[in-house]
Amino acid sequence: MSSPNSAYPDIPETQTKPKRHEWPLWEVFIRGQHGMSHRHVGSLHAPEEEMAIKNARDVYTRRNEGVSIWVVEARHIAASSPSEKGPLYEPSESKVYRHPTFFDIPDEVGAM
Amino acid sequence: MAGVDQAQLFEFLCRMGDNTLVLGHRVSEWCGHAPALEEDIALANTALDLIGQTQMWLGLAGDVEGNDRSADDLAMLRDVWDFRNALLVEQPNGDFGQTMMRQFLFDAWHLVMLKALTGSSNDRVAAIAAKSVKEVQYHVERSGDTVIGLGDGTSESHQRMQKALNLLWPYVGEMFVADVVDDAMVEAGIAPDLTDLRVEFDAHVGAALTEATLTTPDGGFAHKGGKSGFQHSEHLGHLLTQMQWLQRAYPGATW
Repeated sequence: MSSPNSAYPDIPETQTKPKRHEWPLWEVFIRGQHGMSHRHVGSLHAPEEEMAIKNARDVYTRRNEGVSIWVVEARHIAASSPSEKGPLYEPSESKVYRHPTFFDIPDEVGAM
Repeated sequence: MAGVDQAQLFEFLCRMGDNTLVLGHRVSEWCGHAPALEEDIALANTALDLIGQTQMWLGLAGDVEGNDRSADDLAMLRDVWDFRNALLVEQPNGDFGQTMMRQFLFDAWHLVMLKALTGSSNDRVAAIAAKSVKEVQYHVERSGDTVIGLGDGTSESHQRMQKALNLLWPYVGEMFVADVVDDAMVEAGIAPDLTDLRVEFDAHVGAALTEATLTTPDGGFAHKGGKSGFQHSEHLGHLLTQMQWLQRAYPGATW
C-alpha cells in the first residue's frame, strides 16, 4: 500500500505523534456545467466513497458548480516527485518547435 | 374544493412552515460546532434548504390568511402558542448522533409528505412541494446513511444511536395522527391522508434501522400537542428567544 500522503509527496508524513483515527482523505473532481472534463477542485475527508461523494456535493457544489462528481482516495493517486522536476520538465523548455506556432493558417480557417 | 376553509388551510401551511423553520434553526445551531468540517457544511446546507422552504410555506400562509403578514412576520413575531410544528423538530440537538436521528426520522416523514403534496389540488402547494422534494430526497439519503454508519459503527456510536432512537421514537407518532385540519385538507384534495403515509415511512425507516442494527422501541405511545399548538415542549420557548431576539429587541430592524 502506498503512503496516505501519496497525492502530496512534498508534504512529509509525520510519524512522531500517534495517528488520530481520521477518515481517509479523498480528492474531488467536478465536471462543470459546460466543461467536458472533470477538474480537480480540492480534497476532503469521508469514511467511505458514497459519503465522500455526498460531502463533495455539500462542500464543492453549493453554488451550482457541477453536473458530475468523481472522488478518489488520495492514497490511490500516484504522483510525480517534486525533487525530480529538473529531469522531468526542464528538457521540454528548449523545444519550442513542439508548439504549433510555425504554421501559416489560411484565413478561411478562422480563429483556432 | 373551492370551499376549503381558509383558516384551516392557513393552519396546515403553518404546520409545514413551522416544521421547516424550527428544524432549520435547530440544525443551524451546529454551524461552527459539527464534529468535522464536511459535516458542518452539510448541516448548514440542510438548515438553509429548510429555511428556504419556510419562506415559501409561510409566505403562502400569509397570503392565505389575508392579514398582510409576511413570512418574516410569521416567523419572528409569533410566540410559542402560535407555532404549529411537530414536537420532534423542537427537541434539542443533543450529541451529533441524536441530531442525525432526529433528522432522519423527520426527513423520512417529510419525504413521503412532500411526494404526496406534489399532487395537491392547490397549485401553489404542489409547486412548493415539487421544489422541496428534491432537497429532501438528498437530506434523507444523507441522514439515513449517517444513522446506518453510526448505528452499525463502534460500540460507543451504536449505544448513542440506540439511546437517541429510544428518546425520539415517541415523537414520531404525532406526525401521522390526523385531526380536523388534516381531515379538511384530505377532503379538499390538498394534502394526503396521513395514515396512508405511515406504510411507506415504516418500510423506509424500518429497513434503515435494521441495517443500522438498532432496535425500534415497542409500543405506540406518542407525545402530542405540537402541531395542534396545544402544548409544546419547554424547548421551543428557549429556541424562540434565540431565533427571535433581534426582532424583539429592535422591532422592525432591517439591513
